[in-house]
Amino acid sequence: MKHAATLTVNGMAYPVELDGDTTLVRAIRDEIGLTGTKEGCDDCECGACMVMIDGRPVNSCTYLALQAVGSEVTTVEGLADGETLSSLQSAFLDQGGVQCGFCTPGMLVSAHALLRENANPTDEEVRLALGGNLCRCTGYAKIAGAVMQAAKASV
Amino acid sequence: MGDVAFHTATTVDEALALLGDGSDARVVAGGSDLIVQARHGKSLPGTVIAIHRIDALRGLTAGDDLVVGALTSHATLCADAAVRSTWTAIADASALVGSHATRNVGTLGGNVMNASPAMETGGPLIVLGASVTLRSAAGDREVAIEELWTGPGKTSAKPGEICVAITVPAQPAHTGSAYVRLEYRRAMEIAIVGASACVTLDDDGNVTAAKVALTALAPTIIRSPAAEAAIIGTDGHDDALDAVAAGASADAKPISDLRANEDYRRAMAGVIAKRAVAVAAQRARGEEFPIPATPVFMKGSGR
Repeated sequence: MKHAATLTVNGMAYPVELDGDTTLVRAIRDEIGLTGTKEGCDDCECGACMVMIDGRPVNSCTYLALQAVGSEVTTVEGLADGETLSSLQSAFLDQGGVQCGFCTPGMLVSAHALLRENANPTDEEVRLALGGNLCRCTGYAKIAGAVMQAAKASV
Repeated sequence: MGDVAFHTATTVDEALALLGDGSDARVVAGGSDLIVQARHGKSLPGTVIAIHRIDALRGLTAGDDLVVGALTSHATLCADAAVRSTWTAIADASALVGSHATRNVGTLGGNVMNASPAMETGGPLIVLGASVTLRSAAGDREVAIEELWTGPGKTSAKPGEICVAITVPAQPAHTGSAYVRLEYRRAMEIAIVGASACVTLDDDGNVTAAKVALTALAPTIIRSPAAEAAIIGTDGHDDALDAVAAGASADAKPISDLRANEDYRRAMAGVIAKRAVAVAAQRARGEEFPIPATPVFMKGSGR
């Protein structure tokens, strides 16, 4: 059963037709065509699918797309200003916080949400905020370092 | 997944009307249980009713009693000053649920109605004497939390009922509570075992009342009468705490599964129950203890 609806993603309104059981990550990737958001475990464990709903991080693999109607969804594509990377994104490059890149969109979204709430976090707070994001390459130190660099740059 | 009708309700009455007799419909709040379960063989019902826009069910009121709207998130609960100071075990538990993302969407009502014997908030609600309000077309009824859970994933709620609130009573002076979880990692973890305690002291520091509950140690979260008997009437210190551990291990009815075997769970039931009682007693004495009260903060736990 298709339901006509409008999803607002990165400030743009997208008319979509969705099944009742379509998850938000599938709607963002398959219907809207923004493929920065990754589907990793598809089981609410790995955080690769992290997006913000009304400014708060949410696992989009475990959220019904139709529940996001009426909310502002922000994906990793919404963090940059056109071709200009955010200071957080630049810090990931500076620090070598990106290897295979699959976890990176989710890491960026979780870190972005943290820095919105807490512009000057401790290393412990950064690690707790990234606790729902798995990375199998970097060992996390460079990712945490990148978030700390971005935080210091903004203070 | 299959052919699923989807509705968004903005009032409880609207949700109840859509739910009907509940035979082929379910409500979804944050989705963190329902959607995961749908991927693991429990298919979604024919109709999903999203209740996350029912603003009247969101938020909490801390007067004498604590009244928590069913849609209140774990993020809200663990940050609330009144919950942290008076109903502290709930804050311990909410702070440990999943990750930031899970705590943003996961609700207390959803947690309670999902009826997992491993849920974080269940034990705290038992030791603090909570009840839930279930609403149907016939009106409201109040159910003591210990009478709500009948088995793993099973409640005494009827199919057409919706949980609208959780009420936690005022606590006596010199009362402290805690929830402690044995975990292999902090984020996205499910309790290997957990224990909750609520302890009330008299002016001399002796324990006049205590409740202890065990998590992931039986088909539902259970009280441990032996652990409670071991602490009541004592000064809440060493020998009594060892007796709490023995009592909790004796009352546990663990299973072996992916996360731990039965023997390990039974042994850890005692260790974790002892720590929960010790922290609850410390808080009852007015001493500060970090929230969440996890093993990593404790003496002799390697950190």
